[in-house]
Amino acid sequence: MKPKKSAGERIADSIIYLVLGIVALITLFPIIYVTIMSFCDTNRYIPENFSLGAYEYIFSTNTFLRSIGVSVYITIVGTLLSMLLTSFMAYALSCKQLRGRSLILFLVVFTMMFNGGMIPTFLVVKGTGLFNSLWSLMIPNAISAYNMILMKNYFQELPEELKESARIDGCHEIRIVFQIILPISLPIMATIGLFYAVSKWNIFMEALLYINKNQLWPVQVLLRNIIFVLTGGLGDAGSEIYKMSFSDESMKAAVIVVSSLPIVIVYPFLQKYFTKGLLMGSVKG
Amino acid sequence: MARNSMTLAKEPLWKSILRDRWLYVLLLPGLLYFIIYKYLPMFGLIMSFQDYKPMFGVLKSPWVGFKHFERFFSDPSFFMLFRNTLIIAFYNLILYFPFTIILALLLNEVTHMKYKRVVQTVTYMPHFFSWVVIASLTYKLLSTEVGMVNGILELMGYEPVNFLTSAQWFRPIIVFQGIWRDLGWGSIIFLSAIAAIDIQMYEVAIVEGANRMQRLWYVTLPSIKGTIITILILRLGRFLDLGFEQIYVQLNAMNREVGEIFDTYIYTMGVVGGQYSYNVAVGMFKSIIGIILVIGANTLAHKLGEEGVY
Repeated sequence: MKPKKSAGERIADSIIYLVLGIVALITLFPIIYVTIMSFCDTNRYIPENFSLGAYEYIFSTNTFLRSIGVSVYITIVGTLLSMLLTSFMAYALSCKQLRGRSLILFLVVFTMMFNGGMIPTFLVVKGTGLFNSLWSLMIPNAISAYNMILMKNYFQELPEELKESARIDGCHEIRIVFQIILPISLPIMATIGLFYAVSKWNIFMEALLYINKNQLWPVQVLLRNIIFVLTGGLGDAGSEIYKMSFSDESMKAAVIVVSSLPIVIVYPFLQKYFTKGLLMGSVKG
Repeated sequence: MARNSMTLAKEPLWKSILRDRWLYVLLLPGLLYFIIYKYLPMFGLIMSFQDYKPMFGVLKSPWVGFKHFERFFSDPSFFMLFRNTLIIAFYNLILYFPFTIILALLLNEVTHMKYKRVVQTVTYMPHFFSWVVIASLTYKLLSTEVGMVNGILELMGYEPVNFLTSAQWFRPIIVFQGIWRDLGWGSIIFLSAIAAIDIQMYEVAIVEGANRMQRLWYVTLPSIKGTIITILILRLGRFLDLGFEQIYVQLNAMNREVGEIFDTYIYTMGVVGGQYSYNVAVGMFKSIIGIILVIGANTLAHKLGEEGVY
C-alpha cells in the first residue's frame, strides 16, 4: 500500500535524507581526515606533500612494532582463552540438571551489578602474580558475564535430543562440547569471538593498571603516550619513537590509523551479526 | 529418561554430582575465574575500614572503622567529584538518549534501502573504536597548534580556541564524543522495536487519512514507548558509569577541576599514589550508589510492567 507522495512529503523526505547524510558525514569526517593526513608529510592541518614516510618510519621503529606485536598476541591468545572458558562455563550452565546451577548463575549476574572496584582488583591481580605480565591483560577479564549468559541461552535453545543421542552413544561430555555443540553454534561463537577480539585490541585501562614496562605496552597505551603525554613534554617513555626526522604530526596520524585499522577490517563481519538482532536477546525491550 | 526435574529432586546430591562430574570439570575454570577475579576483590572492600599495609595484607591490617569515609565526606574533593560525575552523566542522558530515538525515527522514514544501509553502517562503526583512538582523533581536529578547527578559525581571522586544555570546553567535548561514538549503536534497539510494529496499524492510519506526522505521533511513538522506558531505566541504572578511559586520557592540569570523576581520582590517588584504603572507601561509596540506582531502576521497570536487567 503506497500512498502517492504530496509535495510536502517530498520536501520532508529531502530534509530527512539531508539530515541523515550530514550525520553520516560528521561520523566519517574525523576518520577520513586523519587517514588523509597520515599520508602527508606536514605539521600543518592542510593536507599537502603526499608521502608514505610516516608509515615507513613507524614500521621501522622497535617501539611501534613491539606494541603491535603485543596487541596482536593478546588479541589472538586472549580471545582463544576467553572463548574456551566462556563456552565451557556456558555449556555446563546450559544443562538444566546441573546441581547448583541457579546459584552459580545468580553469582555471575551479581558481578554485573557490583564489583570490588579498581584497587581491590588491582591487588588481586598483583597477588596472583600477573603484574607486569601479558597474562594480566587476558586472565582478569577472561569471561564477560554478559557474553557467557548470551552463549548459555543459545546452548539452551539447542534441541535436547542432540546431546541425548550423543550420550547414549557413550560420548564424553567434553567431546559433546567440541564435536556437537560448538560446530552447530558457529554464528554465536563468531559474534562473541569478534566482540572479545575487539575488546582485547582496544584494551587500555588494564594495561595502564597492570603493566608498567614500556616493552609490554599494547598499541593503545603507546598511542595515548604519543598523542597526550609526549606533546605535554612529559615522560621519557617511548622516546625512541619520538626521534624523528620529519613531521611528527603525520607520524601521529599514522599511528592512529594503524591502531584503529583492525577494527575497521572486522567491522563488516561484526555488523552482519549484530544487525540480525542476535545480541538483542537479553536486552530485549 | 531420568533427567526430568521430578526424579532429580529425589536424587541424592553425591549421585548427581558423580553423574555430571565432567560438566563440573567444564564449569571449574570459569567458576575459579569468578571467585578469584570478581569475588575476592569484593572481599577486599573491607580494606576501606582498615589502614591497609601491603606487608600485613587484608587479614592483618589494623582496623580504623569509618575513618576513611569521614575523611572523604569532609574533603572538598568529594563535592568536586560528585558534582563532575553528576553533571557529565546528566548531559549524557539528556543529550545522547533523545538523539538515538530521533535517529531511529529518521532512519525508519527512509524508503531508499541502500541509503538507509549506508547511513546505518557508517553510524554504527565508531562504537567499536577505543577511547584512546577517539581522543586522538579529537586531538587532530581540535588542538591549538595543529588542529584543523583552529586552522580554519585562524583563516577566518579568529583567535585560536583552547579546546583541549580549558575547563569550559571539557564537558561539551566529552558529551559530544559520547554522542559521536554511540548515536548509531543506541538507535539499533529502537529501530528493531519500530520494525516489530504491526504494519496493519499504519495501513489503518493511512485509510483514516493520517499524515506522516500523525502516524509518527499516534502509531510509531506509542508502539515503542515500552522500549523507550526500558532503555531509559537501564541507562538510569548505569548513570554513574562514565568511561574511565575516555576521561582519563583527556584530563590535564587545566581541566581537572571540571573533569575529575570518581574512577580517575581513585586511579591517580590510589593506584598511582598508593593510598589504598582511602580510595577503596571512595570506590565503595560510588559502587553503593551504583547498586542502589540499578536496583531502583529495575524495581521501577517491573512496576511499569517492563522487563529489567534481571
